[in-house]
Amino acid sequence: MSREKTKGMSIIVKTITRLTVGLVLLYGIYIVLHGHVSPGGGFAGGVIITLSFVHLVLAYGKDTALKKLSKARASFLENMGAILFLSIALLGFMGGYFFSNFIPKGEPFHLFSAGIIPISNIAISLKVGAGLFSIFVALVLLKLKPTSEKKK
Amino acid sequence: MAVYLLCLVLFSLGIYCILRKRNIIKIIVGVIIAEYAVNLFFILVAYRMGGRSPILSEGATIKNMVDPLPQALVLTSIVIGLATTALLVAIAMKIYEKYGTFDITKIKELKG
Amino acid sequence: MMDISYIIPLFVAVPLAGAFLIALLGKSIKKFPDVMGVLITLILCILSVKSVLIHNTYGILTYSAGGWNPPVGIGMVLDGLAVFMLVTVNVLAFCVAVYSVDYMEKFTAKWKFYTLFLLMLTGMNGVVITGDIFNLFVFLEIAAVASYALVAFGTEKHEIEAAFKYAIMSTVGSLFILLGIVFLYSYTSTLNMADIANVIMLQGKGNIILLVSVLFLMGFGLKAALVPFHAWLPDAHPSAPAPISAMLSGVLIKSLGVYTICRIFFNVFGINPAISSTLMFLGVLSMLVGVVLAIGQWDFKRLLAYHSISQIGYVILGIGLGTPLGIMGGFFHLFNHSVFKSLLFLNSGAVEYATGTRDLQKMGGLKEKMPLTYSTNLVASMSIAGIPPFNGFWSKLIIIIAAVEAGKFGYAFCAVLASILTLASFMKVMKYAYFGDLREKWKAVKEVPFFMKLSMVMLSLICLVGGILVFGDILQGFLGSAQEALSRGTEYAFTVLQGIK
Repeated sequence: MSREKTKGMSIIVKTITRLTVGLVLLYGIYIVLHGHVSPGGGFAGGVIITLSFVHLVLAYGKDTALKKLSKARASFLENMGAILFLSIALLGFMGGYFFSNFIPKGEPFHLFSAGIIPISNIAISLKVGAGLFSIFVALVLLKLKPTSEKKK
Repeated sequence: MAVYLLCLVLFSLGIYCILRKRNIIKIIVGVIIAEYAVNLFFILVAYRMGGRSPILSEGATIKNMVDPLPQALVLTSIVIGLATTALLVAIAMKIYEKYGTFDITKIKELKG
Repeated sequence: MMDISYIIPLFVAVPLAGAFLIALLGKSIKKFPDVMGVLITLILCILSVKSVLIHNTYGILTYSAGGWNPPVGIGMVLDGLAVFMLVTVNVLAFCVAVYSVDYMEKFTAKWKFYTLFLLMLTGMNGVVITGDIFNLFVFLEIAAVASYALVAFGTEKHEIEAAFKYAIMSTVGSLFILLGIVFLYSYTSTLNMADIANVIMLQGKGNIILLVSVLFLMGFGLKAALVPFHAWLPDAHPSAPAPISAMLSGVLIKSLGVYTICRIFFNVFGINPAISSTLMFLGVLSMLVGVVLAIGQWDFKRLLAYHSISQIGYVILGIGLGTPLGIMGGFFHLFNHSVFKSLLFLNSGAVEYATGTRDLQKMGGLKEKMPLTYSTNLVASMSIAGIPPFNGFWSKLIIIIAAVEAGKFGYAFCAVLASILTLASFMKVMKYAYFGDLREKWKAVKEVPFFMKLSMVMLSLICLVGGILVFGDILQGFLGSAQEALSRGTEYAFTVLQGIK
């Protein structure tokens, strides 16, 4: 991670952040992927993933975080999440119904089970994670650029 | 019973905050409080005496669980609350940019 | 059965897909948002017309999302009322989308507009199509959140202020609805509306149903801008861009407010005299207060917004009467009001587009410069004021006849009075905006671009045709099935639950 001394918080916060931010991100991904076998799921995991980026913004300033995930890319990921979720729902017509679970469901309590639910979880986590990050960045940047975008 | 009444108190507190406060940020906080009171109430309605969390794990038996449906619904309602709050905060920031104040008594261009 | 009911989820899926495709590609491809917006609404329009035919052939259709049958899964119901609302919403949305192609040029981020517009459309279609009460709440919130953002779209002083007011009041309304749903769930332990109706019939109506009725009346009444809860509407509707004002006044308050009131009070709880007289009283109150406040306005769009309150009063009065004729009149007026009020808002947008002002006192003599806007505005004004050949006259007449038949002479008199006051206020609009001498500074005013004209002409044709077809079979069948859906009351539950099995 960058060695900027001028921006962000003190060296202690930066060091701790450097150590923990990856873990937070990983934990978020874990929550998403195990959404169908344990408590959690797309929304909770997506929020945790966002928090890792918010963490970066708080410790290092917004430039470092925006270098990792720019606003345009966050917006792209958000839309992809929504479209992915909708396509899963529409593909359900193959199984006869909108939203039907057309993939074999497998054994309960296994990672690869439950048909479309893990995929939907991933889509939701993309949508929520990127969307929440967009909201955060938009609110942070709103003060600096009066014309900046304002999204839901 | 007392818990439900406390929920009602919380809800009334939120509504009071919306109606009575002049600062925009406080109004938004009032909306959030009222919303969370409703969510809390929904969870409490689903509670059963001595019930345990409705999580199915390996080897567990489905017995004496609390109603899981309201918990899923409350999650949805929290997401909706998130979207509304984010939008309200964004609007509040824009208001500050345009009017230079958070006081609603000074923001009254619209009348009639 | 299977093959036909696939149409039901498409009403939600198509605009949602359109919204996110526009958000994804709209930034890079210049004309994409316009083309996509018009295309999506055209598809929805065709689908809704198709759904009328399907409903006429097959009757009430139900759909279970994901193959999970209600009350476990989320059910969707296509009955007469839903079909009627779908046609109203989607036809209007198509006209408005065509109009915005030219009108929204002056704003920078067109793709954001279309994304939010289609999200709002998703919400409205979803509210109409769903058979599940919590799902209804979710769709209602999607439409509402999108509309807050759309009201603030111009990000000027007034718009931001109006959006804040609207968002706070509407959120409080939603909280009451959610609280009502909580009580209802705790009483019936189910969320499917047909099942709720069934359980209430079995368990009897306790006091809790009364509490829930009051909460719903507050919440949905706020969404429909009935009079004690109307304060947000005159600020919010004029502040939005003209196409959005047309959508908000034309269909949003109807699908979020009036439709939900009808569905919950008639089909789920079952109508009783107390609710019926409350609705009628609120309707008459809105009718009179709205029109009285409208007369004194000089801002073109604000005047129209007050008239929306007044006209919603007619719809609620008609529906509150509870007789088949009254309900039919109410629905006919609902359809007519969406058409002519949208047309009026689009006209005001055209005037603002050409002259840059909304103040009636500053206009004058625009008749020569904008002949098409003038003539469409004349059609719409005569419709809303209830001049005989146009559709507004017939629907008001039906409501008044129904009120007289039901023995409510006072209410019938109020309806006539409000109609006369409406006529007076629209004569003022026509006089100050279009007649009189042309002012110096409007010499360079030009007629609006092609797509705006096209949309206004389409809507005024609907106004004319609606007036002529009132005696035909088409309209009777169309309105009749909506009226039938409501008159059958709680039999809704049997039909829907039978359709699932």
